[in-house]
Amino acid sequence: MILRALFQIGILLVLPPFLLGVVNRVKAIFAGRQGPPLLQLYFDVWKLLQKGAVYSRTTTWVFRAGPIVGLAAVATAGTMLPVAGQPALFTFAGDFVLFAYLLALARFATALAALDTGSSFEGMGAAREVSFASMAEPALFLVLVVMARATGSLSLSGMLGPALAPAWRAAAPALLLSAIALFVVALAENSRIPVDDPNTHLELTMIHEVMVLDHSGPDLAFILYGASLKFFLFGALFVRLVADAGIAGIWAAEAVFVVELIGFAILVGVVESVMARLRLTRVPQMLVGASVLSVFALVLLLR
Amino acid sequence: MTGALALAAVVLATSSGLLGLALRDRPDLGQRLSAGALCLAAVLGIAAAVPVLAGSPASVIQLSWNQPHASLAFRLDALSALFLLPILCVPALGAVFGIGYWPQEEHGSHAVNLQLWYGVVTGSMALVVLADNALLFLFAWEVMALCGFFLVRAEPDRRDAQKASWVYLAAAHVGTFAIFAFFASVGSARGSFDFSAWGGLGSGGAAASWLALLALLGFGLKAGLVPLHFWLPGAHAAAPSHVSAVMSGVLLKTGIYGLFRTAGFFEAPPASWGAVLMVLGGVSGVLGVALALAQHDLKRLLAYHSVENIGIITMGLGIAMLGRSRGEPGLVLLGFAGSALHVVNHALFKSLLFLGAGSVQHATGTRDVERLGGLSRAMPWTAGLFLVGAAAISGLPPLNGFVSEWFVALGAVSALELAPLDRASFAVLVAPVLALVGALAAACFVKVQGSVFLGNPRTKDAARAEESPGVMLVPMAALAGACVIVGLAPALLIAPLARGAAAWSGMDPARLAGAAGAASGTATWVSGVAFVLVGTVAGLWLLRRRLGAGTAAETWSCGYAYPTARMAYTGSSFAQILNQGFRWVLLPRVRFTPPKGPFPTGARFSTEPREAVLDLALLPAVRDYISATSRVRGLIAGRLHLQALLVLATLVALLAWRLLWW
Repeated sequence: MILRALFQIGILLVLPPFLLGVVNRVKAIFAGRQGPPLLQLYFDVWKLLQKGAVYSRTTTWVFRAGPIVGLAAVATAGTMLPVAGQPALFTFAGDFVLFAYLLALARFATALAALDTGSSFEGMGAAREVSFASMAEPALFLVLVVMARATGSLSLSGMLGPALAPAWRAAAPALLLSAIALFVVALAENSRIPVDDPNTHLELTMIHEVMVLDHSGPDLAFILYGASLKFFLFGALFVRLVADAGIAGIWAAEAVFVVELIGFAILVGVVESVMARLRLTRVPQMLVGASVLSVFALVLLLR
Repeated sequence: MTGALALAAVVLATSSGLLGLALRDRPDLGQRLSAGALCLAAVLGIAAAVPVLAGSPASVIQLSWNQPHASLAFRLDALSALFLLPILCVPALGAVFGIGYWPQEEHGSHAVNLQLWYGVVTGSMALVVLADNALLFLFAWEVMALCGFFLVRAEPDRRDAQKASWVYLAAAHVGTFAIFAFFASVGSARGSFDFSAWGGLGSGGAAASWLALLALLGFGLKAGLVPLHFWLPGAHAAAPSHVSAVMSGVLLKTGIYGLFRTAGFFEAPPASWGAVLMVLGGVSGVLGVALALAQHDLKRLLAYHSVENIGIITMGLGIAMLGRSRGEPGLVLLGFAGSALHVVNHALFKSLLFLGAGSVQHATGTRDVERLGGLSRAMPWTAGLFLVGAAAISGLPPLNGFVSEWFVALGAVSALELAPLDRASFAVLVAPVLALVGALAAACFVKVQGSVFLGNPRTKDAARAEESPGVMLVPMAALAGACVIVGLAPALLIAPLARGAAAWSGMDPARLAGAAGAASGTATWVSGVAFVLVGTVAGLWLLRRRLGAGTAAETWSCGYAYPTARMAYTGSSFAQILNQGFRWVLLPRVRFTPPKGPFPTGARFSTEPREAVLDLALLPAVRDYISATSRVRGLIAGRLHLQALLVLATLVALLAWRLLWW
C-alpha cells in the first residue's frame, strides 16, 4: 500500500520531463533532425537549479512567488490524480473541482508574475493565457461532468477507476466526444500547437513562453518542470479515459500506463508535426467547439 | 437571550452616529466613539448569532405595536444569524477604516451626516433580518433604502453621485413596491402579517407563481440580479469606499435574505422555480464579470463583480430549491451551504477589495486603473491584502471563495444522481458555468492587480503614493485573515450551515444530517489538500532560498535598454480579447482618431463601456414617457373641463375593467 503510494508519487515526480523529451524527439524525426536527447529536460532543469537568477528592477516578491506557487499548485493537483486506475492519494466527491481550480491558481500566479515585470510582451502573453483559459475551463468541466455521469462517480479516482470500462460499453458515443474535447483542452492548457508553439522564437506570437521570458535560473527550472508536470496530468487523464486496458495486476497496469503515456506524448508530437499553428483569433472558436462537443455528450447522457 | 443581545446590537448600531452629532466640536473623538459603538454592536451581534448557529434554539421576542396588523416581532433563527454576522461586522470594520480614510475633521458636516446614516443603515439591515412581521420588515427595509440614498450622495457636490443616488432611489422604490404587493397579497390571504403564520404557502397554480415573481422582482432589484442590476454600479462607485464596502458587501445581501425568507414560505416549490433561479444566476454571473472586465474605474469594476457574485449565490439557491422540490437533502444542503457561505464570503472579500480600492484612492486620488501601476512598491501592505481578496474572489484555493463555489459546484454535479431521465439533472450545467465565471473573474483580477499594483507607475499620482495608515490597514487585515481561515477550515462551518438549511427548508434535520456528514467529510479532505498546497509552497520557498541568489537588471524588452511605463500592457489591452468576445453585451462607445498622413501628429483611442440596461433602455424609455405625458399635460393645462374629462375617462375604463374581466 505504502509502496504503491510511493511509486505513484515517484511516477508523478520523475516521469513528466521524459514525456516532453518524447514529444520533441517525435517532432525531430518528422523534421528529419536528430533532435535533443530524450532526457534533455532533466539536464536543463538540473543545470538551471545550479545557476543564479537575474531579476528585473521592476519586480517585487510577486515575481519570485510566481514559479513557486505555480509549481506547488500543479504538484498538489497531481495528488488527486489516479495513476493507472488506482485511487489517488486524495480522493473525495468533487475533487475534480479542486483539481481544476488548483490549475487555475497556477495560472493566476504565473500571469501575475508576468505582469510584475512591466513588460508589454509578458502582459500580452498573460492576457492571452487567461483569456484562452477562461474558454478552456468550462470545456474541461463539461468533460469531467460527462465522465461523472457515465461512471456514476463524483471523484477523479472513481471516474477513472474500474467503473470506466462498463461506462464505455454503455455510453461510448458520449465518452468519445468528451475524449476529443479533452484532447483539445489538453493541447490548449499545455500551450501546444495548434494553440501555441513552444518552440517559437518571436515574442509577439507566443503565449506561455512569453509570460516567463524574465524568469531565469532556479525559477525557470521550477517553471519548466511545472509545465511538464501539467502535461503529465492532462496526459494521464486522457490515456486513462481512452485506453483503459483493464489489466488486473497493479504493477502490470502501472507499466501499461507508462507505455500509454508515452503513446500520448507521441500523439502530441505527431499533431505538432503535421499541423500549423492556428491564428490567435481562431483559438477561441476551437475551444468553444470543444465545449459544444462536450455539451452534446452531456445531452446524449441526460436526455 | 440571544434575541435581546441582537436587539441591543441593533439599537447600539442605529444610534452610533448620534455621538458624532453630539460631539460636533470634537469631530475626531466623535468619529472614534461612533466606530467604537459599531464595533461593540458587532461584538454583541457575534455573541447573539454564534450560539444560535451552534445549535441553541431560535430566539423569539414579541412586543405589541399599536399599528394595525403590525407587531414588534423579532426572531433570530439560524438563517437570520448567518446574515447577521456580516451585517454587523463589516460596517464595524468599515467604520474603523473610515477614521483614516474619511476623517470627520476634513469633511465637516458631510461626515457627521455620513456617520449618522452609516449607523442607521447598519441597524436597519440588522432589523431586516431579525423582523418576524411583514410590516416591521417593510419599515426596516424602507429605512435601509433611504439611508442608502443619503449614503450615496455623501459628497453632494459630485454630479455622478447625484445622478446615481436618484437612480438608486427609484430602483429601490420599485422594489419596495413589489415587496409591498407580495406581502399584502400573502397577508390578506393568511389574515396575519406575522411571518410565523406564513409557512406552508401553496406553490401550485398561476397565482403562486405570480406571487413568487413579485418577490423575485422586489428582492432581485435589491440584490442586483441581471437585468435588475442597472442601479448598482453607479451607486456603489459613487459612495465613499468604506460605504461602498458596506453597500456592496452586505446591503445587497438583504435582497438575497429576502429571497431566502420568501422561498422558505412556500411549500414544495416546483422544480421550475429552481431552474429560473439557476438561469438568472448564471446570466448574472457571466454578464456581471463580462461587464466588470471592461471597466476602467476600479470601484465600478468591483461593483460589477458584486453582480457576478450575486449570480453565484442565486445559482446555489436554485440548486437548494431544486433539492426541496425533489426531496433531496443532499441538494438542499449543498445548495444552501454554497449560497449562504458565499453570502458571508462575498461580504468578506468584497469589502476587503473595496477598502483596498479606498486605500489606493486615498494614496493616489484616482480610481482609474489605467492611471495607476507599480503601487506594490510604495504600498506593500495594501497590495498584499488586495491580492488576498483578488485570489479569494476568483475562487482560488486555499481561500474562502473556493469553498463556497465548490459547494455550489458539488451541489450541481450531485444533480446527476437524481433519478435517471429526470430533466432536473440538467442543473449540472451550473458547474461549467461556475468554471467560466471563475476563470473570467481570475482574468479580471489579474488585470486589476497587474495594472494597479504591479509594473511601473504610469502617472505622477501613482509614483507619489504612500502606504495608508495602520487604522486603514488593520480592518483589511482582519478581513483577509477571515478569508484565509474560512478557506483552510471549511469543515467547521458545515454544522452551522446545516442548521441554517434546516431552519430555511423546514426539512427534517435528521435527513439533512446525513448529507451534512458527507459534506463535512469532503470538506475535511479539501482542508487536507489546502494544507498540502501551503506546505508545498513553504517547502519550495525554503528550497528556493538555498539555491542561487539573484542579481538585478532591467526587464527584457527584446534588447531595448530603456523600457518605460508607457510601454507596459494596460488594463484595457489586457482585457481586450475577452472584451471583444463580449462586445454584444458591453456595447462600448468607441472614440477613435486614427493617425493620418506620413507625419501623423495626434491619434486617440478610447472606449467606454455603457450600462446597456440603464443607458440604452431605461433612461431613453423614461425620457420618452416624460415627453409624451408632458405633451398631454400641455394639452390640458389650464382647461378644467378637459381635466375632468380625463378623470372621468379613467374612472369609466377602470369600471369597465372591473366589470368585464376581473
